[in-house]
Amino acid sequence: MPKNPNVKRVMVIGSGPIVIGQAAEFDYAGTQACRSLKEEGVEVILVNSNPATIMTDKDIADKVYIEPLTAKVLEQIIEKEKPDSILPTLGGQAGLNLGMELEESGFLKEHHVALLGTTAATIRNAEGRQEFKDLMERIGEPCAASKVVENIPDGIAFTNTIGYPVVLRPAYTLGGSGGGIAHNQAELEEILENGLRLSRVGQVLVERCIAGWKEIEYEVMRDSMGNCITVCNMENVDPVGVHTGDSIVVAPSQTLSDKEYQMLRSSALKIINELRITGGCNVQFALHPASFEYCVIEVNPRVSRSSALASKATGYPIAKVAAKIALGYTLDEIKNAITGKTYASFEPTLDYCVVKIPRLPFDKFITAKRTLTTQMKATGEVMSICNNFEGALMKAIRSLEQHVDCLRSYDFSALDFEELRKRLKVVDDQRIWVIAEALRKGMEIREINELTKIDSWFIDKIAVLTEMEAALESQPLTVELLKEAKRLEFPDNVISRLSGIPEAQIKKMRQENGICAVYKMVDTCAAEFAATTPYYYSVFGGECEARRTAGRKKVLVLGSGPIRIGQGIEFDYCSVHATWAFSRAGYETIIINNNPETVSTDFDIADKLYFEPLTPEDVEAVVDIEKPDGAVVQFGGQTAIKLTEHLMKLGVPILGTKAEDVDAAEDRELFDRILEKTHIPRAAGGTVYTAEEAKEVANRLGYPVLVRPSYVLGGQGMQIAISDQEIEEFMAVINRIAQDHPILVDKYLQGKEIEVDAVCDGDDILIPGIMEHVERTGVHSGDSISVYPAPTIGRLVKDKIVDYTKRLATALHVKGLINIQFIAIDEDVYVIEVNPRSSRTVPYISKVTGIPIVDLATEVILGKKIRELGYKPGVQPEAEYYAIKMPVFSFEKIRGAEISLGPEMKSTGECLGIARTFHEALYKAFLGAGVDLPKYKQMIITVKDADKGEAIQIGRRFEKLGYTIYATRSTAAALNEAGVKARKVNKISQESPTVMDLILGHRIDLVIDTPTQGRDKSRDGFLIRRTAIETGVNCLTSLDTARALATSLENAEEKLTLVDVASLGK
Amino acid sequence: MKAYLILEDGTVFEGIHIGADREVVSEIVFNTSMAGYLEVLTDPSYAGQAVCMTYPLIGNYGICKDDMESDRPWPDGFIVRELSRIPSNFRSDCTIQQFLEENNVPGIAGIDTRALTKILREKGTMNGMITTREYPDLRGVLPRLKAYTTGKVVEKVSCKEKYVVEPSVSLEENGPLSGMAKFDKEAWLQGVREKRPSLVRELNGAGLQVALMDFGAKRNIAASLAARGCRVTVYPAWTSAEEILAGRPDGIMLSNGPGDPKECTGIIEEIRKLSQTEVPIFAICLGHQLMALANGADTYKMKYGHRGGNHPVRDLSTGRVYISSQNHGYVVDAEHLDRSVAVPAFVNVNDGTNEGLRYTGKNIFTVQFHPEACPGPQDSGYLFDRFIEMMRETDSAAGRGGTENA
Repeated sequence: MPKNPNVKRVMVIGSGPIVIGQAAEFDYAGTQACRSLKEEGVEVILVNSNPATIMTDKDIADKVYIEPLTAKVLEQIIEKEKPDSILPTLGGQAGLNLGMELEESGFLKEHHVALLGTTAATIRNAEGRQEFKDLMERIGEPCAASKVVENIPDGIAFTNTIGYPVVLRPAYTLGGSGGGIAHNQAELEEILENGLRLSRVGQVLVERCIAGWKEIEYEVMRDSMGNCITVCNMENVDPVGVHTGDSIVVAPSQTLSDKEYQMLRSSALKIINELRITGGCNVQFALHPASFEYCVIEVNPRVSRSSALASKATGYPIAKVAAKIALGYTLDEIKNAITGKTYASFEPTLDYCVVKIPRLPFDKFITAKRTLTTQMKATGEVMSICNNFEGALMKAIRSLEQHVDCLRSYDFSALDFEELRKRLKVVDDQRIWVIAEALRKGMEIREINELTKIDSWFIDKIAVLTEMEAALESQPLTVELLKEAKRLEFPDNVISRLSGIPEAQIKKMRQENGICAVYKMVDTCAAEFAATTPYYYSVFGGECEARRTAGRKKVLVLGSGPIRIGQGIEFDYCSVHATWAFSRAGYETIIINNNPETVSTDFDIADKLYFEPLTPEDVEAVVDIEKPDGAVVQFGGQTAIKLTEHLMKLGVPILGTKAEDVDAAEDRELFDRILEKTHIPRAAGGTVYTAEEAKEVANRLGYPVLVRPSYVLGGQGMQIAISDQEIEEFMAVINRIAQDHPILVDKYLQGKEIEVDAVCDGDDILIPGIMEHVERTGVHSGDSISVYPAPTIGRLVKDKIVDYTKRLATALHVKGLINIQFIAIDEDVYVIEVNPRSSRTVPYISKVTGIPIVDLATEVILGKKIRELGYKPGVQPEAEYYAIKMPVFSFEKIRGAEISLGPEMKSTGECLGIARTFHEALYKAFLGAGVDLPKYKQMIITVKDADKGEAIQIGRRFEKLGYTIYATRSTAAALNEAGVKARKVNKISQESPTVMDLILGHRIDLVIDTPTQGRDKSRDGFLIRRTAIETGVNCLTSLDTARALATSLENAEEKLTLVDVASLGK
Repeated sequence: MKAYLILEDGTVFEGIHIGADREVVSEIVFNTSMAGYLEVLTDPSYAGQAVCMTYPLIGNYGICKDDMESDRPWPDGFIVRELSRIPSNFRSDCTIQQFLEENNVPGIAGIDTRALTKILREKGTMNGMITTREYPDLRGVLPRLKAYTTGKVVEKVSCKEKYVVEPSVSLEENGPLSGMAKFDKEAWLQGVREKRPSLVRELNGAGLQVALMDFGAKRNIAASLAARGCRVTVYPAWTSAEEILAGRPDGIMLSNGPGDPKECTGIIEEIRKLSQTEVPIFAICLGHQLMALANGADTYKMKYGHRGGNHPVRDLSTGRVYISSQNHGYVVDAEHLDRSVAVPAFVNVNDGTNEGLRYTGKNIFTVQFHPEACPGPQDSGYLFDRFIEMMRETDSAAGRGGTENA
């Protein structure tokens, strides 16, 4: 069927800020789909509150609204833009829920807007727990015995009929929020209560526990004619019980015979047919390991994280095809872009093995529980491709950038057999390392399988790796052994560590014997048809399909690896834009990256894509083949920066700012010299290696001091210390991870934090705008609310900032981007930090000013001058709009994580509020971040003594807004004394009702809790904050944020103004 | 032990020897299925060929003998990237290594199967040799390779005597309906293994007699009919039309099989006779090609054939596309087809080659792909139901049984 001619203007709903369970994969899918729609001549109106995305660029959509994703806002946009259709299946659960809301309210019908890609009935049948179960029963597809309950007694009663343990899944939540496994009634009550509240519809599914079964997923496509195909199936190494987002996943399935494979495939097709899905769909199964018994776990009638993974694993562009199907095309009318010969109506077949490993944030949240459950905790993931499982696993491990490069990276050798048995039952992110140790100690595969339920096949593969470790340790390194070790993807440095032979010698031995990486193509068809899409992965041995191309100048763009807190989607945005800019300048572009969720690893972004780990050895192998004319590292975050030195050793010129200048900004002593030379003040401080030295410096400066490692992103390990004892504590934590670089101890200054991104061409600088943070210094810039244009600083300070920026950029010989953070105390300006590279704020400031700074930086890197590019150097005129970037957190997903803000970054994403007035922009920003108040107009304030004065002012404002204030004893006394009415509540340790009871009573809008300075020692405060977060109560730990929220609520508007960001800067 | 794969064009791959220790010359083909290596190995259509699996990890779930498509493996050789050292599946009876050795199938592992596939794709299917001997000089070997032909293999793979596959009289006999399997711990501990699930929901073929001509039939063809209630009599390939018709079948099924269809001159003659009756005929793969030849159409050898489980075919009567299981090196020339004899019923979406014919004015339809799956997608299993409907319609049109009129 050809394209539906009635579809001319489509509104696409994005997924909003990056949170755990809903991340970069939706930027990838959304961007691909928007491009696919535009290819068909359809006008695209995009709505997404997340400014760090590529999909919100003006070249991706015709109209771009970076507005809060609420039904009301969407209604306003529909009224203004009058789309004929709306596509809700690309924006994850958030987008789907919104589409449903608009459909159910009748708004879409009233405004003659068609729902594309799916129908409301389909969504209801797939997403509503009971509807889904009924449908499955009707068509004879099995589900685990379950019941949807809306209250706790019903849950207990049902569980008593099917027996513990049971799995609890709230309906309509992201990444399984609020779900879990209950082994007894106490756990059941706790999880159920939480889940009922988090569910949009107040429903939780109580289900027979099938933990330990194989978890298998199918990605399925269907068109309006009913043609169905499966793109890919995937097997979770971790059996049912761990959220698939937190599981190690392999594609295709490895342990299913054709009979099981086809049985589940047929079931998936039957389900997608019954649901009448048009587009992509993900079906998850649990398969009994010793039987053909299976259960359908769930169906996602939309693109998902799994579909992004399946797309990258197979080369089949699911989102692109889904968009075409939404327009009316059938699968046999859509060309397979990879082969150019076949059509979208065929099933990819792989001749390699793909492994995905989640990137979990336990390095950020050291107090959090590492256990993995049905609630997703990963912030990102890495994927690797190899022609054997062992190699794919090894490559994925070293792609994680978590100080792991093999199965010895976590040391469990001290555990004895009994302890290992116990440890194997713990399901956490270190389990494969524990399995490896158990194998080394001689535990039988069978026993490990019984303890972990992980299929013996995978355990045997881990055994192959541990056997190779042993061989490398005990046997002479022959050519044959080396060849085999490389086939299993042991990196040279690991071989060196195990064999005791220097790395250089191993490399030489490889070169002499022709043992080098060769590249194979991902072509969707196992080489059956000739493909031209240059999407490569490496293996050892065999024919190399990658050819060095000549003719055009060639640039290597290094990606930023897995999404993690501190290094998010912004860096992918920068990498992609830089790639496009180089391409426009006539360069051949090559991307190396290992993140399957991102736009940069889509096969048609660069001229060539190498899906590889970002380590020196892996990058070197690509360089050997491609011999690029230069590499650009300033867009790929710390991941790429770390590779600079190695690239230079290989003789690859670093385009833009030189490595030694990057060093000068990171190296304390070099940087101090530059500051001296340029006469720019900074907080006094010193460089240390040991706790003793740190204490000495701290005492010299006087507490409080800021302690942080150098060369890290997102302030990892950064802390404010107020005593010798805390210094000792922090230094111990920092030194736990390998620390090649010194640790910085600085005097902590309290003031306004200001941030700029600038482009420097060697002579001139261009500052698109100056951003001011709402929170005072001490809160990481990534966790601060950032306001552009800076609202409270004067001309003099601004001038100083521009002047300092220019001086620093010049002194550091920056060519390209630079990001600087300042503290302003009255009229004095101090430098906090300089990053001679792209930063988190680049996409945000580019969009709100309409100045494409990545493009400009790329032009500058290529030798153009700012003046030649049509810009006047210096700070650009301020925009007519206020744009406020609001951090968004995923604390509710990470049990036990400390939520109080500090110098270490904790947010996972951000959203934007843009409007002509500061107040409206602020309101929109809070709304976009999900702070939709007031509801019950009740709040709790509990602050440390030093904050009482400020708390009174804030309390007064909330009182005026009609809030009833509850406060703990001393805060209540202070508030009442100042005439702010506050009801006293008991502390947790005191008798009921306590502050905890109040929170659990579900009538509280907001908790303001400032932890005592430094690390909060009281478990009380921690408990209050965690409980608030886990029960869905907004919890603020900075008074600055609280003040901003009050301002926002005081200025709340019923009707918001809309800003088409695509029109800015035109 | 080292092993070598020597191709007709002089390419030599060095790998590790697997399976039986003997030298073999054969036609080298590749199959792109990611699962189902046992079904591939036991598909008689591979007689006279050595198969290369493009998926690199083979043997992961061992050998589940219940899944064999005939009673032995047929390929002359087996070419893989890597054999799993342990099998992992609840039904596995032995390792693939044991199976290859026991059945005297030589093979080679550890070679760049993708590079081999690309050679076959670019230059077309060619002959090759799997050996553990080192040939420093290929001049003596290559002429031997070039001279190899698969020859008349149908006679080798066909059953020697006719036999009957009894119909299922209740759906339970087919094993659990797909999705209805239940793990029974007690039974499991006593060593009872569940039957394979089935998609058949109705005994719509009850009472019907089908004659299946075995040119190298996969077990699941007869099983698919029997599971629907048909009584299937399997005849050797050389059985005469008269003998088959004497059995008064309600329908005749022509099976898949190996080799060049044009070699089967005698069989084609018998098929021509069968096609001149009113008995409904359904044919698969080689059967489809033989029926075409019997009716004056032509076949030709494809460059490298279709072997895998991901080929899209369009049912021209509905426009629907199905993903099919395929294994063929020859194809019916649809361009020079006499439309008064037959019209295309299915077409391959990728390369436009013919995938099925409907014979004008006759109760005959034939497909190039494998509705019996095993390995591969089960999407086109509905064709067996279409065949059953055809038999029913013919029966009712004829009053009692279609065979009466033959």
